[in-house]
Amino acid sequence: MDRDSGPDGAFIDVDRVEKVFDVRRKTGFLRRERRRVRAVDGISFRVARGEMVGCIGPNGAGKSTTIKMLTGILTPSAGRLRVAGIDPARERGRLAQRIGVVFGQRTTLWWDLPLIDSYRLMHRMYRIPDARYRANLDRCVDLLDLSGLLDVPVRQLSLGQRMRGDIAAALLHDPDVLYLDEPTIGLDVISKARVREFLRTLNADRGTTVLLTTHDLQDIEQLCSRVVVIDHGRLMYDGSLAGLHEAGGSERVLVVDLERELPPIDVPPARVVRVEGPRQWLAFPADRSAAPLVARIAERCPLVDLSVREPDIEAVIARMYAQGVADRTERALS
Amino acid sequence: MWQAALCTHYASALGSTVLGGRDVGALRLYAAVAAGGFRRYATYRVATAAGVFTNTVFGVILVHTYLALWDARPHLGGYDQAQAVTYVWVGQALLATLAIGGGGVERDLMERIRTGDVAVDLYRPADLQAWWLAADLGRALFQMVGRGLVPLLFGALFFPVALPADPVTWAAFAGTVLSAMVVSFALRYLVALSVFWLLDGMGVAQVAHLVGYFCSGMLLPLNVFPGLLGEVVRLLPWSALLQNPADVLLGHADPLDTYVFQGAWAAALLALGRLLQRAATRRVVVQGG
Repeated sequence: MDRDSGPDGAFIDVDRVEKVFDVRRKTGFLRRERRRVRAVDGISFRVARGEMVGCIGPNGAGKSTTIKMLTGILTPSAGRLRVAGIDPARERGRLAQRIGVVFGQRTTLWWDLPLIDSYRLMHRMYRIPDARYRANLDRCVDLLDLSGLLDVPVRQLSLGQRMRGDIAAALLHDPDVLYLDEPTIGLDVISKARVREFLRTLNADRGTTVLLTTHDLQDIEQLCSRVVVIDHGRLMYDGSLAGLHEAGGSERVLVVDLERELPPIDVPPARVVRVEGPRQWLAFPADRSAAPLVARIAERCPLVDLSVREPDIEAVIARMYAQGVADRTERALS
Repeated sequence: MWQAALCTHYASALGSTVLGGRDVGALRLYAAVAAGGFRRYATYRVATAAGVFTNTVFGVILVHTYLALWDARPHLGGYDQAQAVTYVWVGQALLATLAIGGGGVERDLMERIRTGDVAVDLYRPADLQAWWLAADLGRALFQMVGRGLVPLLFGALFFPVALPADPVTWAAFAGTVLSAMVVSFALRYLVALSVFWLLDGMGVAQVAHLVGYFCSGMLLPLNVFPGLLGEVVRLLPWSALLQNPADVLLGHADPLDTYVFQGAWAAALLALGRLLQRAATRRVVVQGG
C-alpha cells in the first residue's frame, strides 16, 4: 500500500460529506428570504489508486459541487475529505500539484494567446522540471493530436480542439488524480472517441486515477469499471455498470414470432407486455437466463423466430432518478 | 514583443541574484503572466491604433481648453502654460496605461467571477491577486508603449511643453508611473471582487470610472481644486495615478515623498484586496454547474 492512501487503500476518500449553501431569494421589494440548500447531503465513497470511476446524476444532483470540494475550492459543511492523504480545502496549494482538473464547460487556457503560451505558463506555475515538461508536452501533443494547433490562439480553436488542449494542460505536471467534469459535453462522435481513447491510454499506461462526471453513458460504458450515481446530493448507487441493472430492477425483453396469432403466452416469471399479430413481447428480470424461457415456449407454441433485447441503461437510470423522487415524496408524506 | 521579452529576462535575472529558489520560481511564473498580459493586448492592433488616434485628438482638444483657462488665470495651480500643456499630454499617455476609464484586466476578472470561470483560477497553485496584478502590469506596459508614447511625442513636437532634460527626473517619473500602475490595479481589483457579492459589477465599475476621472486629475489638475475639496482629493488614492507622476515630471513634487505616498496607498489597497479575496473565496458560490 502506498503512503498517500488511507488505511483501507482509498486514494480518494469521501466520508459523509455535506455541502450546504445559504441562498437568498428576493421575495418582495426589499425582503429577502434565506433558504438552505443541501447540494451534497452525506455522500461517502472511496476510490483506489489507478481506478477509473464515473459519476452520473441529473443536473443539480451535486456532482460538480463534489468535484469542487475534491479540488479544495469549496469547503465541505460537514464530513471528511482526503485526496492522496491531503485535506483539499486546507492545503489547496499542496493538493494542486497532485491533481489535474478539466471542467468541460470552462477553460484554463489563455483565450487570446496561442495554445503553447498557456502550456508555458503551466510549466512555470507547477514548477515542472524542463526535461519532464518537454517529455509530457510531446506525449500529449502526440496522443491528443495537437501538433498543428500549438501556435493557434485558443479563441480560434473548435470545441473539440479546445477540450483536447485543456486535457493536455491538466496533465503536464503528471498529476496522480485527474478530475473531469463533463469532458465530452458538446463534442461530436469523433472527438468523443478521441478523448475516451486518450483517457483509456492514460489510465492504463500511467495508472492515473480518474474521476469523471458525465451525462453521456457511453463515456461510462467505455471507460469506467465502476459507476457512482448521485441524485439530490445523495449516493443512489455505487458499483459496476452491470450491477446497475439489478439495482434498477431492469428487465430484458424476449421477442417471439409465432406461426399464427395466439393468446398471450403464460410462462412466469416472464409476462407478456405487448402482442402484435403473431409477435409477442415478454419481459423478464435482467438477471435471469433466457434459455429456459425459450425452451418452455418452444414446448407449447409453434416458434418461428426470436430475439432478446437487452435493457436500456438510460431507461434504468431514468427509473432510478424517478424512484428517488418517489421515495422522497413518500418520506415527506409519512 | 521584445519589450516583454526584455522585461521577463530582466525580472528573472533580478530574481536569481536577489531571491532564493522558491521565490525565483514564483517570480518566473508572474513574469510569464505579465508577458502574457502584454501580448494579449498587443494582439489587438486596430484597437490600439484607434486608441492612439483618440488620445491624440482628445489631447488636442484638452490642450486648447487648458490654454484658454490658463490665459484667463495665469499660473493657475502653480503651473505655467507650458506645464499645463505638458500635464495634458502626460494625462493622455497615462489614461489607457492606468486604465483610469476602465479597460484593464479587471474586465476579464469580473467576467470570470460572473460566469464562475474563476473556479479554474482558484484551484491552481498561484495567488489570485498576484496573478492578476502581473497580468495587469503586462497590460499597462503595453498600453504605455503602444498607446501612450505616440500622444506624448505628438504633444512634445507640436505644442510648447515643459519636459525636463535631466535623465534623473525621467527615471523618477518612470518610478512614479510604475507605482501608479500598482495603485491603479489595487483599486480596480476591489471593483472586480465586488462581483462576488453583486453578481453584476457594471454599476460599481461605472461609478469607479467616473470617480477615477475626476479624482485622478484627468479632467483638471488636482492642484487647481480650491480649499477643502482640493485638500481631500489630493489625499485620496486616485491622486497617485496622474497627479503624482505629472508633478514629479514637472518638478512640482519631491520624488521620495511621492513614493512614500503611493507606496502607502498601494500597500493599504492591496491588503484590503487580500482581505476581500479571502472573504470572497470563503463564502464563494461558484456560479453555474
